[in-house]
Amino acid sequence: MILRAKNLSLAGRLDGVSAVFEPGRITAICGPNGAGKSTLLSALAALITPDSGEVLLGETPLAAMPPQLRAQKIGYLPQNGEAAWDVAVRSLVALGRMPYRDEAPGMVEQAMIALDLQAFADRPISTLSGGEKARAFLARVLAGQPEWLLADEPLAALDLGHQLTLLRHLRRVAEGGAGVVLVLHDLALAMNHADYLVVLSDGGRVAASGKPEVALSEEIIRQVWAVEAQWIGKPGARALIAR
Amino acid sequence: MNRPIPLLLVLIAIAFTLSLLAGRVWLDFGTTPNAMVILAELRLPRAVLALIVGGGLGAAGAAMQGFLRNPLADPGLFGIAPMAALGAVASFWFGYSASAWLLPLFSLVGAGVGMALLALIAGRTGGIALFTLAGLMIASLAGTLTSLAISMAPNAFAMSEIVTWLMGALTDRSWREVWIAAPLTLVGIACLTMTGRGLDALILGDAAARSLGMRPAVVQAWLIAGIGLTVGSGVAVAGIVGFVGLIVPHLVRPFTDRRPSSLIVPSALAGALLVLVADSAVRVLPFVTELRLGIALSLIGAPFFLWLLLRMRRGLA
Repeated sequence: MILRAKNLSLAGRLDGVSAVFEPGRITAICGPNGAGKSTLLSALAALITPDSGEVLLGETPLAAMPPQLRAQKIGYLPQNGEAAWDVAVRSLVALGRMPYRDEAPGMVEQAMIALDLQAFADRPISTLSGGEKARAFLARVLAGQPEWLLADEPLAALDLGHQLTLLRHLRRVAEGGAGVVLVLHDLALAMNHADYLVVLSDGGRVAASGKPEVALSEEIIRQVWAVEAQWIGKPGARALIAR
Repeated sequence: MNRPIPLLLVLIAIAFTLSLLAGRVWLDFGTTPNAMVILAELRLPRAVLALIVGGGLGAAGAAMQGFLRNPLADPGLFGIAPMAALGAVASFWFGYSASAWLLPLFSLVGAGVGMALLALIAGRTGGIALFTLAGLMIASLAGTLTSLAISMAPNAFAMSEIVTWLMGALTDRSWREVWIAAPLTLVGIACLTMTGRGLDALILGDAAARSLGMRPAVVQAWLIAGIGLTVGSGVAVAGIVGFVGLIVPHLVRPFTDRRPSSLIVPSALAGALLVLVADSAVRVLPFVTELRLGIALSLIGAPFFLWLLLRMRRGLA
């Protein structure tokens, strides 16, 4: 089902944002610091209530959905996930089953296998490296098999190798039919790995949306980031040179 | 996973038996005069009450630490216990000696007012900062009013009554206190177990927990009700017994899978065990006047807290 932001406004953070998110692809939300990327993502997850406008899943406003049902449809991965208590990886992943009020061991196991976590299943989360932790927190969301995966800067704290690993996993999620929405600040990663982009500019307005080559053109980067930049390389393997 | 539960039950059974026999007079049914009376009217209610008060405090501590995601949280810090104490102190002013029910009743009313204030101020947001600050301010206000009441006590006797009572003890308690505290505490522990699922979700932080369908206001309401009933009824029958809610969840946590939901019941059992053992110990210690339970637990608790801080500091360094 399509996830749609309709004219979302929130004082000082979002200004009439409309955007359409389609399942089966990776959509990246980009923009300079303070442009409201995380705010938009939180609104899409119904974690904040906009002053006006609404988010629709299919034809149903999210605000009208019971929290438990909404939680079954939409998985949300916050930035820099930390566990308050040092639980085992398996317990952490099992939290993703909460919207279903079960701990379906099959689903939990499947999510851990999908992210190569079997070896760590019984280890306390604090003993994992940064990359392993990021996979464990993603597995937590996937254990609930949501139709939508919304992740706030999931790659920010990872080195290059782990970024690519996680992106591969996210691609597999999209190929499985779910919708993936990522807040990304690395424009090259967005250009090379997203299918669709929503670019926000200062004040929380949509500056551009569409395919990466269109929505992240050099012209738009100049307008939104006030930076002269040039894309080099081939499609799918672009790099951004800023001057 | 609740591995510690069977072990705790066995330990409680052993401690309970010893507690019934131990005291100024070591019961020997062959020789001790009035052994049955001492057992049935003095030691049995006291031991049962120790289990109830300790169980409530242990469960409250576990839930509180889970909610605040902080291992240093103590349910006594958040307004309800000081309000219950204030209520009890107020009963001295209204001639508590007139009825044995007056003190626990006033104390429960105090706890209820504390709960209502906390719920009202912390509101529907379920935010940690607001909850903590509201709790600390209510505690501070209740403490000040208690001091005021003591300083203006009608006579020296009343003053010493208040001060002694506040120290917390299970001396000379009867079945009446058991009937007051037991049902309220059990309902309170049941309320606290209702928070388990929400507290588990909070492992992931507030936003992720809400995205999983956790409703902060609901979790907070169960928590306040549970703490109010357990801590409030504990204070109503025993006075202030501190540090149990802080220490016990710590000691139990390593034996569980560390999810807050699997800590509540084992903490209740361990709290029951700790208070029972501590109360039996103060009874057996060869002092002229019995060491107050509340003081004894603070003597253990404060150094434990410091040790905890030192260990955490090492972990952070």
